[in-house]
Amino acid sequence: MRQHAPGTESRTTQVVLILLALAFLAFFLVMPLVAVFIEALKQGIEPFLEAVSNPDALAAIRLTLFIAAISVPLNVVFGLAASWAITKFSFPGKNLLLTMIDLPLSVSPVVSGLVFVLLFGAQGLLGPWLSAHGLKIIFAVPGIVLATVFITFPFVARELIPLMMEQGKDDEEAALSLGANGWQTFWHVTLPNIRWGLLYGVLLCNARAMGEFGAVSVVSGHIRGETNTMPLHVEILYNEYDFVGAFAVASLLAALALVTLVLKSVLEWRFDLHSGARH
Amino acid sequence: MNTLPIHRRMFLAAAAATALTVSLAGCSGGNKSGNSVEITNVSYDPTRELYQAINPAFATYWKKKTGQDVTFRMSHGGSGKQSRAIIDGLEADVATLALAYDIDVISKKAQLLPADWQKALPNNSSPYTSTIVFLVRKGNPKGIHDWGDLVKPGVEVITPNPKTSGGARWNFLAAWAYGRKAGGSDAAAETYVKQLFSHVPVLDSGARGSTTTFVERGIGDVLLAWENEALLAEKKLGAGKFEIVNPSISILAEPPVAVIAANAKKHGTEEVSKAYLEYLYTPEAQVAIARNFYRPSDPKIAEQFATQFPKVNLVTIDKDFGGWANAQKTYFDDGGAFDRIYTKK
Repeated sequence: MRQHAPGTESRTTQVVLILLALAFLAFFLVMPLVAVFIEALKQGIEPFLEAVSNPDALAAIRLTLFIAAISVPLNVVFGLAASWAITKFSFPGKNLLLTMIDLPLSVSPVVSGLVFVLLFGAQGLLGPWLSAHGLKIIFAVPGIVLATVFITFPFVARELIPLMMEQGKDDEEAALSLGANGWQTFWHVTLPNIRWGLLYGVLLCNARAMGEFGAVSVVSGHIRGETNTMPLHVEILYNEYDFVGAFAVASLLAALALVTLVLKSVLEWRFDLHSGARH
Repeated sequence: MNTLPIHRRMFLAAAAATALTVSLAGCSGGNKSGNSVEITNVSYDPTRELYQAINPAFATYWKKKTGQDVTFRMSHGGSGKQSRAIIDGLEADVATLALAYDIDVISKKAQLLPADWQKALPNNSSPYTSTIVFLVRKGNPKGIHDWGDLVKPGVEVITPNPKTSGGARWNFLAAWAYGRKAGGSDAAAETYVKQLFSHVPVLDSGARGSTTTFVERGIGDVLLAWENEALLAEKKLGAGKFEIVNPSISILAEPPVAVIAANAKKHGTEEVSKAYLEYLYTPEAQVAIARNFYRPSDPKIAEQFATQFPKVNLVTIDKDFGGWANAQKTYFDDGGAFDRIYTKK
């Protein structure tokens, strides 16, 4: 028997592995994606345009972008703060904090939604007080924002913590000993070091914020043109036998994801050009 | 080392892009002028088309009568789920659900409307009714004409789960009524319904899910469905692909409507909400109801649409099953008839 060094496997093995990966991709990623677009455009471009320019659809698109625009920046700040605290300092309860950050990932989204109903619903803990003061959280936009922020909380932190852990605090200590203040250290040393991790975190966070279904469905109330996000709107259209409409909005959702991916590649490419060998 | 400013510029650009998204998405929200009013109607799944027809007509009527503009907020979903949402604080002015039990629960658990709400409007507060029919594939290849044919070998029946679906509970009780009539006792009915459920390959959670299973995925030989769902499927979804079979006996399904008094009071919409529900009984609305495949409660309008709604021998929930509270307990709550039938399968 001959031993192979890594990277010198026979040609056949390589081809088989590549084909396997491609077939897998084609079957599980490309095919469904193409199917969504085909179904959306099945009856021509006009029904498609009509479906996505329908007032309810526009409202759903606006709401989805609005939710993402609030929850992503919030979670960038939370995520940076949490990972900074966890990796640069040691304090009691650090492990507990680490576990807590993972909580939204390990709990089913439906449960996350129900927790908010239990807290803020009319029969819930804070419900009577909220209702007495005319505040609406559940079945209104604030509830959807809360649920989305909760669900997407781990994405930025989870990307940054291992990265910052690995990088240690040598750079920061050097900067501080050379007289930089905390803010300068963060801006000129830490941020450039973690920019890739942060970017991935933001992309994942954004994708989930726009796509979240379960938790949002529980707290939404499904009021047309008001509390329906794009994923909820897709489900409703599908249930109303409006298949073209459902797939039109779904393809828009998919297109938003594709745009984020393209944006990521463009950014990567620009960074590579400028920073050359550093990467 | 002078690469740093460039990174920073990129980040600023990304930040600017985010800010742009925020400002693009940010500007939305309701506008309320002095002489307008808004009604939130929380309804069940298949009524979308119905209220799309009725709402503008009512708006015109109300404007003419009072000079006030009415706008509507519509929410649709499974009847039980919608009921739960109203209890948890979804501020419906009116609820238009699939069965009385779901509104009873709102009264009992959240005291948002009086317990005798069903007396507020004619016909048990049901401006429209429906029944349960069979939808079969074109040409009726399995020869299904009545309930007895559903339990023949090789016949697959599609119905949603009675635990979660209002429509499925009507299906279940209609089947029970047949079993009781054919066998002469509740024990015979239980045997029949048990046999029937052994012919069900999938239990979807809602009526729409079942229709999609039958129509789009092509599973099963017969769909037990709301008459309005069946007519919609027959006329709009797959014209010429399906046929409706009216069984010898079925159940009168009464989807009720009610003003959620506490919410309407809070919003100052009591008068218009009441007028909205009363409007459903006018000839104009009754015609829209019939065109959307619900049986009108007005006998004169019903006569005009007699060919669409053939006479079926209908049992009722109050006379034959002792009302919804009773039926719910006997058949659908934990340990009820459905649990006995479905777990012993």
